[in-house]
Amino acid sequence: MDQIVFFTDILLPALQKGLIITLQLILLAAPFGFVLGVGVAVGRQYGGPVTRVLCKVLVYFVKGCPLLLLLFILYFGLPSIGIVFSAFTASVIGFILCNGAYNSEYIRGAMLSVKDGQMIAAQALGMTRLQAVRTIVLPQAIRRALPGLSNEWIYLIKYSSLAYMITVIELSGSGKLVATKYFTYTETFVAVGVVYLFLVTLTTLAVNAIEKKYAVPGMIRG
Amino acid sequence: MELIPLLLDWFPYLLRGIGVTFGLVLSSLALGVIIGLPMALGQVYGSRLVRVPIGIYVWFFRGLPILVLLFLFYFGIFPGLGFDLSAFVVGAVVLGLRGAAYQSQIFRGAIQSVGEGQMVAARSLGMDRLCAVRSIILPQSMRIALPGWSNEYPNILTDSAVCYAIGVAELLTRASQIVAQTYVTMPIYLAAAGIFILMNYGGMKVLHMIERKIAIPGFGSGAM
Repeated sequence: MDQIVFFTDILLPALQKGLIITLQLILLAAPFGFVLGVGVAVGRQYGGPVTRVLCKVLVYFVKGCPLLLLLFILYFGLPSIGIVFSAFTASVIGFILCNGAYNSEYIRGAMLSVKDGQMIAAQALGMTRLQAVRTIVLPQAIRRALPGLSNEWIYLIKYSSLAYMITVIELSGSGKLVATKYFTYTETFVAVGVVYLFLVTLTTLAVNAIEKKYAVPGMIRG
Repeated sequence: MELIPLLLDWFPYLLRGIGVTFGLVLSSLALGVIIGLPMALGQVYGSRLVRVPIGIYVWFFRGLPILVLLFLFYFGIFPGLGFDLSAFVVGAVVLGLRGAAYQSQIFRGAIQSVGEGQMVAARSLGMDRLCAVRSIILPQSMRIALPGWSNEYPNILTDSAVCYAIGVAELLTRASQIVAQTYVTMPIYLAAAGIFILMNYGGMKVLHMIERKIAIPGFGSGAM
């Protein structure tokens, strides 16, 4: 009986609270991560020399150092030079940087696969470079990058758990608190795991639907 | 500022974390192959009874955050089963089990990319399935898998930092300890970041060298 009371009265309400924070983290980070990814990819491909170097440094730094360390730098490190973020903001910024850096690699790869001739043809028709990138290159590139971007969204769900390490009590964090208090590690983390598996599986189905919806019939994939 | 001597004082302590991080990564990669490769073979050639449990294993370990897996195994499953394992061992095992789930899919893709006709041909020459897999399919598919497999290295390296959460004395844990002792934050974190980045790109260089070394000239590597 105790098990059921523990489950319904303690664990579920805690996980529900945590889930809301996790969803907030993900839903805030994903769109900005996408925008950053497109921006960095375009910057590396078509920007001036300075932009290129800056974008490249950002991508190499974020991909090279663990996300957890990036979060520590944002939350514990930056206050020492006078920049203070709340734990939640620091997490969202960290996730946007991480998501954006990886997204940019997929989008850049996809942009490289759009033939140069299209850019030349667009400019011959009187488009500016920016117009050509926006209306010719990106619509094709983003579609081709979509499988990679979907993967990153799924990773984002999973690494959103790292926010707990800088004191944001999201899904894993609320699970940890309950588990420590009631000494029910296995049960609690299995429950937390089920929620993550549910989120990941749901997202996988959703992105498959999106990929299908935006596929251009007859256009070769990848 | 006496920042420089302070950094020099603590640097050896931080550097010893490299060994621990490297140990985590290597054991994860090794476990990944030891468990992941048979799993891939099972998924390609096994009966449904073999394929379904492997599919569930992969779904489970790929669907959960590494942090949740570490908590689950370190605080829950291993003590529950009566194992009293050190944080390092749990970290290495969890990273390895998870690595196996990812790597099995890389191996599976590579095995499936070797044409089915080769299996048929090998069988018609009188080889049994095991012999055909060992001497025909694997030598080709392992070479095809290598680029994808090398890409697991940076993922595992960055994931290994999450072992901080269960107190494995790897780079990030040591960096945080130094920060807590000295109240110097940015230089320490950036030094740790620098070490991670060096390990990351340095390791990739080595792996690419191995790829080139074992490539068979004219045999498309990864482009298949």
